[in-house]
Amino acid sequence: MSLIMKPFSDKHKAILFIVLAVSFFSYTVVLYVSPPVDRPLEHATAVLDGKALWQKYNCNACHQLYGLGGYLGPDLTNVYEKGPDYIKGFLVTGTNVMPDFHLNNEEIEHLISYFKYLNTTGSADPRSFKIYYDGRIEQ
Amino acid sequence: MAASNNKNTAFPKLFIVSALLLLCCGLVFGLIGGLQYIIPGFWRNTLSFEKVRPLHVSSMVFWIIIALVGVVLSFLQQHGTRRNYSPFLLRAQLILLCLAVLLIFISYFRGLFGGREYWEFPPYISIFIIASWILFLVNVIASLITIKKQPVYIWMWLTGICFFLFTFLESYLWLIPYFNRHLVNDMTVQWKSYGSMVGSWNMIMYGSSIFLMDKISGSKTYSHSRIAFLLYFLGLFNLMFNWGHHLYTVPTHPYVHYIAYAVSMTELLILGRMILTWRQSLTAAQKFRHNIAYRFLLFGDVWILLTLVLALAMSIPAINVYTHGTYITVGHTMGATIGINTFLILGMAYNLLTDECREPNRKIIIAGLNLANIALFVFWISLIVAGVLKAAWQMNPERLPYAAMLDSVKPWLISFVVAGFVLTTGLLMIVLPLLKSYLSCYFTSHLFSLRSLNAKKQKRELSLE
Ligand code: HEC
Ligand code: HEM
Repeated sequence: MSLIMKPFSDKHKAILFIVLAVSFFSYTVVLYVSPPVDRPLEHATAVLDGKALWQKYNCNACHQLYGLGGYLGPDLTNVYEKGPDYIKGFLVTGTNVMPDFHLNNEEIEHLISYFKYLNTTGSADPRSFKIYYDGRIEQ
Repeated sequence: MAASNNKNTAFPKLFIVSALLLLCCGLVFGLIGGLQYIIPGFWRNTLSFEKVRPLHVSSMVFWIIIALVGVVLSFLQQHGTRRNYSPFLLRAQLILLCLAVLLIFISYFRGLFGGREYWEFPPYISIFIIASWILFLVNVIASLITIKKQPVYIWMWLTGICFFLFTFLESYLWLIPYFNRHLVNDMTVQWKSYGSMVGSWNMIMYGSSIFLMDKISGSKTYSHSRIAFLLYFLGLFNLMFNWGHHLYTVPTHPYVHYIAYAVSMTELLILGRMILTWRQSLTAAQKFRHNIAYRFLLFGDVWILLTLVLALAMSIPAINVYTHGTYITVGHTMGATIGINTFLILGMAYNLLTDECREPNRKIIIAGLNLANIALFVFWISLIVAGVLKAAWQMNPERLPYAAMLDSVKPWLISFVVAGFVLTTGLLMIVLPLLKSYLSCYFTSHLFSLRSLNAKKQKRELSLE
């Protein structure tokens, strides 16, 4: 029987498993306790309400944030750059594809606050990345 | 590993039957979603895309998860351990899962969301899923006599089940304000959990396909071997650390990106091994080609190869910056969940549902499988080409309007949807005959046993008189 087809001892399996599991949980804890961008949220409740509305109406099914989401509509990470009135135009009536959610004024304001804050977290435009020969990218 | 069909083995198969029904629902929702891609405004006021997408994706996710639960419970019995520890827990588990799926469908149809991608339903429903999963874990652990000297698939099942539970809970950390408040870290934790979660159900699935290969070939050498365990640990390493490749363009910690890049590249070892052992695979293919379940595994292997090449490319940040946020991602996800998950699980389902019942018409199944594979290839290529066109639009220094991009990808989206209809036909040619032959066998044997039970009862009553 070739070497690679020989059985693996239970002790070695257990050691490998424990090493991996401990590294995984350490990595997890580090991520939990050290958030990357720690900009204070302005108008925190409006932003968080906006985020909750984004989930309530499932905007993410058609739109992406940082490229993540469904693909029927455009990415909205930096849509705030087009101005609050532009966004309002879409939210008030919907479009041929996007439904009219009959949002009230307060909901529209909160969604706009959310977009405003999202825009400060970074740029989702792939053109803004520097690409290196070793395969890395940097903004 | 004898397969005896009795009350004990029949119940876990109900998970597989329920999952196959979900697969059929998922296909219908997929087609509606596809039509919405190419006919702007299609059903916008009745069942618009924000309802259809989660209906489709959740049906498919539950098809995979619920079928795997049934496969593991059935294979565990054939593994020669104790019978399933508790039939009561088994029943409770299925009822909880079905209740969850029912509530999820109702809430999507009514437009009640509140969750997030893949689990868009109101968060309270997840309690049913968690409860059911804990019962599953208890049942599997209690059914094993010992953990010592177990083959690799037992390790894979246990690891997959535990990690699914952990990552599912982790995907709900946003309910805690501390996590919800940090928007970028919240996305990081969200995609960390999803990345590992997909790894966890793949772990359960690959374990099951190793079990099935042992069963077909009648040899257990591989599942105890060093190479099997080394590949298991490589898979586990990736499950734990490669999820950052979803986040290359998200402004999270740079080390998340570097770790993901380095770890993802270790999958080159798997690609290398597949290339080195292709001759062996071909010999096996010759030997077992009469076994229908084996054919499903074989097509699954082809899709593992194609998906691995695409995934490796997309895990290089310099390439990902082009492909991210385009239809290439959808092509990758569906290529994997159909080509790998669906075909492998259908193979297992076929093996289990026909082990004590008559096989359905083999010709139809083989034709369905071939048709589905050809259609999937067209489906996959169409999405990739549409993705390349979208990438060109995203990278174009002139900011062309969104509608201009939609115009350029339209022909490819049309071929994606047409291929989707053919793919659905192919899959239904497999699923419907399989369900029909199993259910008629199930009901006749059940009715038969009920009848003989009644007859016995009558006899007893007569003798008492
Ligand atoms: C059924 C899919 C769908 C849903 C759900 C949806 N949208 Fe849209 N949205 C679109 C499409 C498609 C466009 C692009 C314009 C068009 O062609 O209709 C768009 C455009 C937009 C725009 C303008 C983007 C730009 O750069 O021009 C904003 C802002 C927007 N949507 C916000 C939202 C918000 C907020 C929600 C949730 C409350 C939402 N959308 C839900 C499909 C959708
Ligand atoms: C077994 C068969 C299928 C499985 C397992 C499956 C699975 C999935 C998954 C997991 C996603 C999420 C993709 C992502 O997040 O990137 C998805 C999305 C989607 N699928 Fe399928 N799918 C199947 C068949 C089909 C068919 C036949 C169609 C018809 C054309 C279809 C149309 C779609 C559409 C339109 C989306 C949404 C893409 C988006 O905007 O993100 N699917 N599917």
